[in-house]
Amino acid sequence: MIEIKELTKRYGKKTVVEDVSVNIEPGTITSFIGPNGAGKSTLLSMVSRLLNADTGEVLLDKNNVKKWKSNDLAKRVSILRQSNFINVRLTIRELVAFGRYPYSKGRLTAEDEQFVDQALEYMNLIDMQNQFLDELSGGQKQRAFIAMVIAQDTDYILLDEPLNNLDMKHSVQIMKILRKLVNELGRTVVIVLHDINFASVYSDRIVAMKDGKLVKNGTTNEIINSDTLREIYDMNIPIQEQNGCRICVYFNSHT
Amino acid sequence: MKLWILIITTIILSFISLFIGAIDISISDLFDWNSDEAQIFIISRVPRLLAIILAGAGMSIAGLIMQALSRNKFVSPTTAGTLDAAKLGILISMLFITNVTYTQQIIFSFAFALLGTFIFMQILDRIKFKDAIFVPLIGIMYGNILSSITTFFAYEADLIQNISAWLMGSFTLIISGRYELLYVSIPAIVLAYLYANKFTVAGMGEEFAKNLGLSYKVILNLGLFLVAIISTTVVLTVGVIPFLGLIVPNIVSIYLGDNLRKIIPHTMLLGVVFLLICDIIGRVIIHPYEIPVNVTVAVIGSAIFLIMLLRGRAYAK
Amino acid sequence: MRNRTKMILLFILVIISILLYGFYDIKGGFDYAFPRRMIRVAAMVITGVAISYATVVFQTITHNRILTPSVIGIGSMYEVVQTLIYFFAGSMSIWVINKYLNFGAAITAMIVFALLLYRYLFRPDKYPIYLLLLIGMVIGTLLGSFVTFLQVLIDPVEYLGLQSQLFASFTKVKAELLYIALGILLIAFLYGYFIMKKLDVMSLGRENAINLGINYDRMVMNTLILSSVLIATSTALVGSITFFGLIVANLSYQFFVTYKHSTLILGASLFSIVALVGGQFLVEHVLELRTTISVIINFVGGIYFIYLLLKESRAAA
Repeated sequence: MIEIKELTKRYGKKTVVEDVSVNIEPGTITSFIGPNGAGKSTLLSMVSRLLNADTGEVLLDKNNVKKWKSNDLAKRVSILRQSNFINVRLTIRELVAFGRYPYSKGRLTAEDEQFVDQALEYMNLIDMQNQFLDELSGGQKQRAFIAMVIAQDTDYILLDEPLNNLDMKHSVQIMKILRKLVNELGRTVVIVLHDINFASVYSDRIVAMKDGKLVKNGTTNEIINSDTLREIYDMNIPIQEQNGCRICVYFNSHT
Repeated sequence: MKLWILIITTIILSFISLFIGAIDISISDLFDWNSDEAQIFIISRVPRLLAIILAGAGMSIAGLIMQALSRNKFVSPTTAGTLDAAKLGILISMLFITNVTYTQQIIFSFAFALLGTFIFMQILDRIKFKDAIFVPLIGIMYGNILSSITTFFAYEADLIQNISAWLMGSFTLIISGRYELLYVSIPAIVLAYLYANKFTVAGMGEEFAKNLGLSYKVILNLGLFLVAIISTTVVLTVGVIPFLGLIVPNIVSIYLGDNLRKIIPHTMLLGVVFLLICDIIGRVIIHPYEIPVNVTVAVIGSAIFLIMLLRGRAYAK
Repeated sequence: MRNRTKMILLFILVIISILLYGFYDIKGGFDYAFPRRMIRVAAMVITGVAISYATVVFQTITHNRILTPSVIGIGSMYEVVQTLIYFFAGSMSIWVINKYLNFGAAITAMIVFALLLYRYLFRPDKYPIYLLLLIGMVIGTLLGSFVTFLQVLIDPVEYLGLQSQLFASFTKVKAELLYIALGILLIAFLYGYFIMKKLDVMSLGRENAINLGINYDRMVMNTLILSSVLIATSTALVGSITFFGLIVANLSYQFFVTYKHSTLILGASLFSIVALVGGQFLVEHVLELRTTISVIINFVGGIYFIYLLLKESRAAA
């Protein structure tokens, strides 16, 4: 289990994340939601050690992530950020193979190749595995990076707004794959999302933030209701139920 | 800071500058028009002061124009290859024209300064990563290349020590008859003032400028033209004065903001004050000898630039 | 063509250029000329490999293909040390005559400079890496103008000695220094062998590299030190060849489209040997110029750099 304990991050005088404590339940999709500047991405960065917290700690299996050996941690937790500019020319397969680095240190074994094949298959990339990344569309590139994370074979997968710049079709495709990863392979996914309806339909738990503070943390049903959403977004958001999914209809809302 | 404080400081420093040097001159000496002291005063001290004032004001304005056009706080004749290009131009004229005349040197130097700056602006246009720090990094590297080309030719022609002594920024050799070229920068400064707002608009980009009905290319080229004129006259009369055009506009913008019309007078005066201080320090420290002004400017200027970088105004998170 | 085939072809080119340079038109007897030529070849191989290696790893950690490790002002530090030696001790002092001492002093000063810079300014959370480079560069400029000042004061005869010390030259290299340089290079390669695969991962960017278990910030620091040591070694051996690394590294990227550093570094090294040895052969025997190859390379490299900036703007991100 990942335990986030009293994390705080400041930039100069501005506190971006303030005293946030959350436990990530294994075997679930947990979404971080909240308005712009709520500190979701910063929180995720600290959990994944991309960023150092000013105070507080993150525990993985009761041990502070800073005490973990980098390489061991890379076999347990993976993180994918939204900006993935790469200066080198890589094929999809080469990128995905990098996911095996924590295990094989760059010298791939037969087992590693198998993991790469599986990940490519999972993301429907087998046919295009030898194409170069800079020839791909945004959605294809995003899928390639997710495939790398899958090949990394970690219990925890952290994703920072993976749906950014994707159209509806690809967004749904990716959320379904994440769902599959949790349901079939027992992984734990933590994801920062902008669109609350994706959070509502696909996640098990939601962590709602605002102005760097934790507003509420609970099951999807506990968060996706008009009262709680008003607290988070300062908007009146009616909820409609459709095929068992709660849809937030915020388009015509008045504050 | 009020404008009158700067004016008074300029006057006081000018006065000090007039009366410092290897030979002591007192005000009473000046009443005797035929004394050696009065002659030195007229032939050496006054031209020197005028040269400092013109160079200081000119280089700061040149920096200001470049910063407005590139919308980058750290672009200046030092960090865009302008000065190095002007230097290269002088060398080329010396190499390829036997018995080169002063006018020919001016033309070559000007043409190279203009071309060099223009190429840098082209580079800037094409770089997608317009980071405040990255751009001057590329600019200085670009300047180093132009310098290394200069060195290459100078080495071939055994002109190196010549060149480096000659282009050492210094007011020591300024006497009447050797600085008048600097007057050319006066109309350039006036034009810069008149076109100040347009430079700001052009800096916003071609589409933005066109939207406001400005001829982008004309304004951009006029700006580069002014920068090249000022840099050339300064390099040819005084030598390379680094960092001046970089730090002075930045200091002014810290206390006055970025409205170009408003800050031009401050920028000019502060440039003069800064150069006067550097020159006076250079004359006092190892009196009766002198440290070339570009050494004092480089030391003080780069120190200020380093402080600006470390305080991180340009890339505040 | 497969990369392996390309590498073999390049290797054959290396052999051809070394054979040509070693045996072509040997005058004054084989026993006399051949060993001398081989010493030069050894110097070119050692510097070529050191510079290629340093540039490729430096460009990986800065995620940029138009910067060279010399931007942080190591070359200026070399000029400072040599100028100080000539200024205070003179060309007849033990600091010039004893090659070991001179080499040791220069290399120590350069490495200490780099280490101090990294020690105080390498804080990835606070300063972006370009800021570190820009600051190094500004300090370099500062030192440079200080050095110019001293050089003007030096006696012209001494100055000639200093000039030849500062200008890169393979013809004057001392065989006994080659062993020391080779030793340093081997140690660097031993370390490089262990980080080769990590560098591959680091080319994916900071966040992806950390995700894959790389201790990114420490690796950047180590790599900066590694490339500084290599540049310092080659500079102390044959003087500063600023833009050479840029050419060979970019040739290697374009020739071998791969992310693998083992291939990229080997490729760049082979390119550099061909360029240096083959170039020296052309200069000495075909074109019969009196310039050294390194001066030409700096010149060509500089122009190539401007070309890169104007053409491949995508690289600058």
